[in-house]
Amino acid sequence: MPLPADQDVSTPKYLRDKYAIVGVGETTYTRGSDKTTRALGTWALRNAAADAGIKTSDIDGMLSYSNNDSTSATFMAGDIGTRLNFYMDCVGGGSSTEALIGIAIGVMEAGLCNCVALFRAMNGFSQVRIGGTGARSATPVGGDMLHSRAYGWQSAGQMFSPTFMRHMYEYGTKPEQVAMVKVVHSEHASNNPKAYYKKRYTVDDVLGSRIICKPLHLLDCCVETDNATAIIITRADRARDMRHTPALIRGIAGRCSKPRMDMHYQAGPIARVGGYFAKDILWPNAGVGPEDIDATGAYDAFTFTSMLQLEDYGFCKKGEGGDYVSSGITRLGGRRPNNTSGGHLCEGYTHGMNMVIENVRQLRHDIDDSCPMGPDGKRQHTYDYREGGCRQVKDIEVTANLGWANPMTGSAMVMRRG
Amino acid sequence: MSLQGNYLGMSLSIDDLDKENLTYFAHCARHDFHLQKCDDCGLLRYPPTTGCPWCASPRATWTAVEGKGEVHSYEEVHHAIQPAFKAHTPYMVLLVDLDTQKGQPSEHEALRVVGNLTLADGNLAPPEAVRKVGIGTRVRLAFSDVADGLSLPQWTVDTDAKQPETPWRYPQE
Repeated sequence: MPLPADQDVSTPKYLRDKYAIVGVGETTYTRGSDKTTRALGTWALRNAAADAGIKTSDIDGMLSYSNNDSTSATFMAGDIGTRLNFYMDCVGGGSSTEALIGIAIGVMEAGLCNCVALFRAMNGFSQVRIGGTGARSATPVGGDMLHSRAYGWQSAGQMFSPTFMRHMYEYGTKPEQVAMVKVVHSEHASNNPKAYYKKRYTVDDVLGSRIICKPLHLLDCCVETDNATAIIITRADRARDMRHTPALIRGIAGRCSKPRMDMHYQAGPIARVGGYFAKDILWPNAGVGPEDIDATGAYDAFTFTSMLQLEDYGFCKKGEGGDYVSSGITRLGGRRPNNTSGGHLCEGYTHGMNMVIENVRQLRHDIDDSCPMGPDGKRQHTYDYREGGCRQVKDIEVTANLGWANPMTGSAMVMRRG
Repeated sequence: MSLQGNYLGMSLSIDDLDKENLTYFAHCARHDFHLQKCDDCGLLRYPPTTGCPWCASPRATWTAVEGKGEVHSYEEVHHAIQPAFKAHTPYMVLLVDLDTQKGQPSEHEALRVVGNLTLADGNLAPPEAVRKVGIGTRVRLAFSDVADGLSLPQWTVDTDAKQPETPWRYPQE
């Protein structure tokens, strides 16, 4: 594939395309899994190994992230019959996926292990709800948290909304533009047999749903689900022997942040998000720019989070995110579809993993939609994106994932078809 | 001494090692708003920290700051998550630019102090008051008393100030 001339880079150029995602796997996306996070995690890990065409015992490195709502690698490894040369369980939520893939490359480059499985296992609906509903909502408030939780300022939507509101004020962003993020992702989900919500929604549906935390309506917020997801990363030269066309990793930015992480609203324009800083690492590392990207996976914990990131990573001018997400560009069949799985708004909530998994399958040209199977065991894609139809992006070569933790922190990754 | 308190049925606490927060809230309990002022670069900061975010100096002096400002952004919570707030919806979380030090150290910064919209007595504002406040509303500090040595700074409409004709509010009421 043609790529623009190399720019100045901070990652050594020889790491571009040196590592690849070779296997992806997930459980079903449900509410009420009736399984522990340990059982969910090992299910996803076995699926990812089978997808890569390797034995689970070939996995010798393991990474995971959670917020004390999951099972650590120490319990997963034995359950999939492997012995690890490296493992680490990190604290974190959104933005961890891309950052931990960067860590996986680092530890393999340092010679600690050869094949890393990254997993996120969560009963995000039936056990620990991210929004803080349930037992978490009534926990005592102490110390630094007095400056937020004591004001009923706790859940993700509550913590992010001042950014969203200020963006509307400064740039004239309209509710019906933002709602288009949900509309478009729901169209994509209707072509995704795995999606928890497959129904197509309209702008009126979004604006007519009840207000949760103004400016957020219920349908501006993502779904909460129970699921586990897994991604297997190894060197590209080893990937050649595996089942699928590898998704080569071009460049990563990890948990790149705005100043004043103790309360980021103190610094800079508050309608700016972490991607403003991450873009200056991502694009030079990857040697490509926004114009080269065929599909994006912009984290959609909320409709606004996709829009703000697309803006600050440079897919449109600052302030024009509302136009961008309502222009048709982000739709299947558009110039640069976003979250073709339906993302967190519709497919299921996985803290970012499913958007990377989706782009890996897109780059294989083997997305799991309802198109008919061919004699080679691969789907014969029709590129007819009507409801219940195709989800494969035609001739896709390069993708960008834009992971979001909160307005101040983002991670990102560019992949290309191997 | 560590501090414990009960606010709207919610348990609040500050550890005895947490000198910065103990001092901050002790001033609030006297309804006297203080922030740390850096001894080296002279800039104020919020919320309390152990070093200056602008110059990294660990030396600071608690300094009285006028509690007046303008709403920079807001949200209106209709679906409360914490049990303490369920009876008080819709409630407003305000991010207020203090007049003091606005536009420093760069034009994009201000001391942006969080609080709920309350009445002058520190009680959460009723729905009819919430509907009148938006970006640009002039506000002044009020305090919700929680325990000896612990009051929460809050924001109430500054009735003495010149208010914008219509503060900016989310277009869908």
